[in-house]
This record gives sequence, C-alpha cells and structure tokens, in this order.
Amino acid sequence: MSLDIFLQNFLNAMQWGSFLALIAVGYTMVYGVLLLINFAHGDIFMVGAYVGYFIGTFLLNKFAVKLPFDLPTWLIIPITIMLTMAITALVGVTIERIAYRPLRNRGAHRLYLVITALMFGLLLEYGNLALLGASDRQFPTLFEKEIYTIGNLSVTNVKIIVILLSFLLMGALWFVVQKTKWGMAMRAISYDRLAVPLMGISVDSIIVATFVIGSSMAAVAGVMYGTAFPILSFDMGMLVGWQAFIAAVVGGIGSIRGAMLGGYIMGFIQIYVAAFLPSTFRDLITFSIFLLILVVRPTGIFGVARRTKV
Amino acid sequence: MKRYSMWLLGGLVFLITVLPSWLGIYSTYVQFILTLVGINVILAVSLNLINGYMGEFSVGHAAFMGVGAYISSIITVRLVADSSFFGDALLSPIWSILVFPVSLILGGIAAALFSLLVAIPSFRTRGDYLAIITLAVNFIFKSVIENIDVIGGPRGFMGMGKVVKAMDDVFAMPWVMVWTFISVVLTIYIVRNYVTSTMGKGIVAIREDEIAAELMTVNTRRLKVITFMLSCGLAGLAGGLHGHTLSYVNPSGYFILQSTIMLVMVYLGGMGSISGSVISAVGFTILLELLRPLGLFRWVATPLLLILIMLFRPTGIMGNRELLDVFPKLRKYFTSSEEVITHANATD
Repeated sequence: MSLDIFLQNFLNAMQWGSFLALIAVGYTMVYGVLLLINFAHGDIFMVGAYVGYFIGTFLLNKFAVKLPFDLPTWLIIPITIMLTMAITALVGVTIERIAYRPLRNRGAHRLYLVITALMFGLLLEYGNLALLGASDRQFPTLFEKEIYTIGNLSVTNVKIIVILLSFLLMGALWFVVQKTKWGMAMRAISYDRLAVPLMGISVDSIIVATFVIGSSMAAVAGVMYGTAFPILSFDMGMLVGWQAFIAAVVGGIGSIRGAMLGGYIMGFIQIYVAAFLPSTFRDLITFSIFLLILVVRPTGIFGVARRTKV
Repeated sequence: MKRYSMWLLGGLVFLITVLPSWLGIYSTYVQFILTLVGINVILAVSLNLINGYMGEFSVGHAAFMGVGAYISSIITVRLVADSSFFGDALLSPIWSILVFPVSLILGGIAAALFSLLVAIPSFRTRGDYLAIITLAVNFIFKSVIENIDVIGGPRGFMGMGKVVKAMDDVFAMPWVMVWTFISVVLTIYIVRNYVTSTMGKGIVAIREDEIAAELMTVNTRRLKVITFMLSCGLAGLAGGLHGHTLSYVNPSGYFILQSTIMLVMVYLGGMGSISGSVISAVGFTILLELLRPLGLFRWVATPLLLILIMLFRPTGIMGNRELLDVFPKLRKYFTSSEEVITHANATD
C-alpha cells in the first residue's frame, strides 16, 4: 500500500464519514431525548437533498419559474443551505408533531413509536417516488469544481468544504449541547426524564428543538451529498440513512461524540475495504466488524450501561 | 365441543381455502394471494415470539426468511429440476413430492442455525443494541448472497417453478398451498403451546425484567437460544414456501422492506397476541392487494393508513390480548390459554 493511495483514500473516507456522522448525530440526539429510534431520519436526509435540489435549481435560474435577476454564486450557496435547513427542519418537526407526540401523549409503548417512524420513512420515500417519478435527478452545480494537485494527491474543493463544514457544524453542536441552557435541558432529559418537567422545563419544546437541530444537520448532509455525488434517487435515505443509524448505535446511541466517531469509523472501513478488496465485500466486512464491536462492547463505544434496579 | 373446536376451525379454513383451489374454483391469482396470506401469518406469528413475547426488537427477520428461501430452493432445484445453475437434476421428477417438504424443513433448520449469530450476542447485548445486531445480520446476509456467484449473486436464483410443476405432474394438487396450510397450522400450534408452557412464561419474564427472571431461576441464555432458533426456524420455513410460491428469490427481496413489513404486521396486531398477528397478517396482505390499482401510491396509502391506525389504537389491533379476551362469549366454544395452563398444572 503506497502512501499516496493511503492519503487519497484518507480524504475520501473523511468525506464519506462526514456525511454519515452528520446523519448519525440526528439519530442519536432524538434517541437521547426520546429513547426513540427515529427510523424516518434517513428519509429526512433524502428530503433535505431534494429540497436543496429544488432551491438550488431555482436560485440558479434553471427552474421553470425564473427569478427576474441572477444571483451571484457566493450568495447562492449560503441561501440554499439556510433555506434547505429551515424547510427540512419544518418537515422533521411536523412529523414529530403529527405522528410522535399524539402517540407519546397516549402513553403508547416505545416500540409502537418506532413502527410509526418506520411508516413515516416509507411514506416519505414512496411519496417522493410517486410524485417526482423514478428517474434520478441531477443535483445543480452550486459552485465550480476545482481540483488541486499536491504531489500525487488530488483534492477537490468540494471535499475540503464538506469536511470543514461538517467539523464546523459538529463544533457548533458541541457548543449548543454543552454550553447553552437548551443543551443543558437536552442533557437533563436524557439523564432523568421524570425530574425535568418538575424543574420547570417544557419537555415538548426541548423535543422540538432536538428535531430542529437533527433535521437541519441532515439537511446540510443532504445538500453536501448532492454536491459531492450529484445523482439523487428516492431510496438514498434508506441506503445512507440506515448505515448512519448503525454507525450511531455502534458509537453508543445517545452519545453525540459516539455518533461522530461511529460515522467516521464506518466511513473509513467502507472506503478502505472498497479500495483494497472487491467492492462487493464492502458491506459484508463493514457489518461484520460492527457486529463484533457490539458483541465486545454491548453498549457501543461510548455508550453507558444503564443501571437497572430489580 | 371445546376439545374439537380448534380442529373444526382448522377444517373450516381448509374448506374455504385449499379445497376450492384444489378443485380449480379459485383462479391462480386468488390461490397466489391465499398462499401469501398463509406465509405472512407464519412470519408474523414467528416474529411475535421474539418481538412480542420475549420483548427483544428484531429488525432483520427477513434475513432468516431469506436463508430458508435460498436453502430450500437450492435443494429442490438441485435434486429434481434441470437448471442453468447446476445442470441436470440428480433425481427423477417423481421424487419432487418428497423432496419439497424435506427441503422446507432443512431450510428451517438452516435458518435456525443462522439465528445463532443473533442469539449468542443476545446474552450480553440487549435492547436497541441487539436490534442493530439483527439489522447488521440482515446486511451481512444480503452481502453474502450477492457474493456467491454460483446461485446468481445479486441477479437472484430461479427454477423453483419447474419443481412445483413436477409435483403437479405427479399428482394434481396445489402442493405449495397445501404445505403452506400445514405449516400455518403447525406454526400456530407450536407457538401457542410454547408461550403457554413453562418456557413461554420464562420468556415473558425475560421481557418484563431479565435480571428478576434470572433470579427466579429462569435459564435466560437457554431460553433465548431456543426462542431465537424456534422463531427464526419458522421464518425459514415460511421463506422456503415464499421462494416456491414466487419461483424466484433474490437477495434484495429479503432486505429491509421485507423486515419492515413483518414488523408492521406484528405491531399492528399487537405485541404478544397470536390472534392479533394472524388477524393483522391476513388483513395487511389483503389490504396490499386491494390497493394494487393505486400503483405506486399503494406504498403511500398503506403507511398513511397504518399511521392512522396507530394513532387511534396505540397498542395495535388486539393489544396484548387474545381473541378470547376480547370476545368472552367465545369461551364457550374454545379453550383459552389460561385453561390450557390450569389443565397442565392439574395433570402435573
């Protein structure tokens, strides 16, 4: 294994791991607060990519309805990302509001919520397929791809932006969770959900905030994914989302740094397996390794075993 | 009366499903749907054993169904059908009648052995982490099959149609349907007796509190292995029937979507209710067929309908009750599970 190939794949793995980590963070945050596996989250990532697709094409004046003026490129990227985040967050919160909260208020078993989430994932997926058709869509080029060559290493600006942006977002998330009152409330709920309402904290608003943060992270991942791999398909949420979910659990579900670590571990395993072995072995080896990790550490890498009283 | 009522019910179901198909009253389409209903009943009841009674959350049950489907299809096609995969048949087509049920059982055994991949980690790994292990097993199953080129890899495996035809040539009868009927009866019988037995009480105890169950001398490890093997073996049996009904198997057919459908059937019926699972499996399969004219919107309408059902009945159709608990008047005619237990205790 030469150093060049190693470094080249290192960057690919960082990029792929960033997508997985951004989605995994959404899974883990909702789990930490609600103890709910939000199976619809992968499809929220898909919704994010499609919303980004429509906003991007609209702002680039390539859509059927046209703006009267052309926007400069440096403005299009932030507007697209911001609007996509807002709309996707709205979708996430709507799902919480119309499907999860009524069930929760009626005291349904936790797993019935999980099934409802599964159903909502299917609904988003096939709703997209039925409304937009099965043809794959070309994500608009938000900025020109440039390739920098350093020695034998070639780096695209997309890769650098993806990696930097996800680090920035995760830093921001760390700040929100560790340093703000909202973040403190989120941590408090996952620590003791009975005591939190007694302290005068509105659990429902914290849950909404969690969904907003998780969904907007997934939206950014969607836009970035569309920029890096410009083909969108209706089942991308299932293909990428379920892997991110597994990554979140292996990191230790409920733990944010666990989700990030799990995402990057999965990214690295997948890219390096595909680089040195036939790519059909990718899933086999990745999931076998993950199964082994869970057997050795039954609560994931950063997960803490909950003490149960008998 | 009570003693024979279950047999009468089974006979009645036989009379309105298998017999008309045999006599050719039902079209092949109706026969196909009835077989699918039977397969889904087996799947829902078997998964209910893990998810409902034992309280674990298995998300990758389709993998075990797939193992059964592949093993049993490979056996029948290798032995009694000429195929492009293995060349000429080893036995004459007359043997197909015998080979088919044996292959179903072997498929079930293979699935049961494959389930050890989940059962052994389940000693230490619990809850949602175990769910991920089952999910990973589903991914691994798909990946392994896709890498075995002899049986078609991702393109899938076929030739079971010839086996079914060979059986039909030997003796004209809807063979797959008959075996599905027998398997359904067997599954419900086994699962019902299992959950009302001492072992069944043990797995319910594991669901309620594993540590307390262990303190009460429940051998949790042994019960977990037995329950996983039983449930997954039955799923493998259903898989073998499924492969021969569709006469085509491919790895993506036994992936997340199939697992999701099984989960939906279990939770729609109610966790820990056999009659609930049966009702929801029958209802769900027929609903999917009724919505077929909607085309792609079928997969939009079905989840929407199910979400609505969940919102109005957050414990599924039956909750954790059986049909007899909902309609107490039926107790006159059927033996309830409590009576089975008291009867067993009285004879001990």
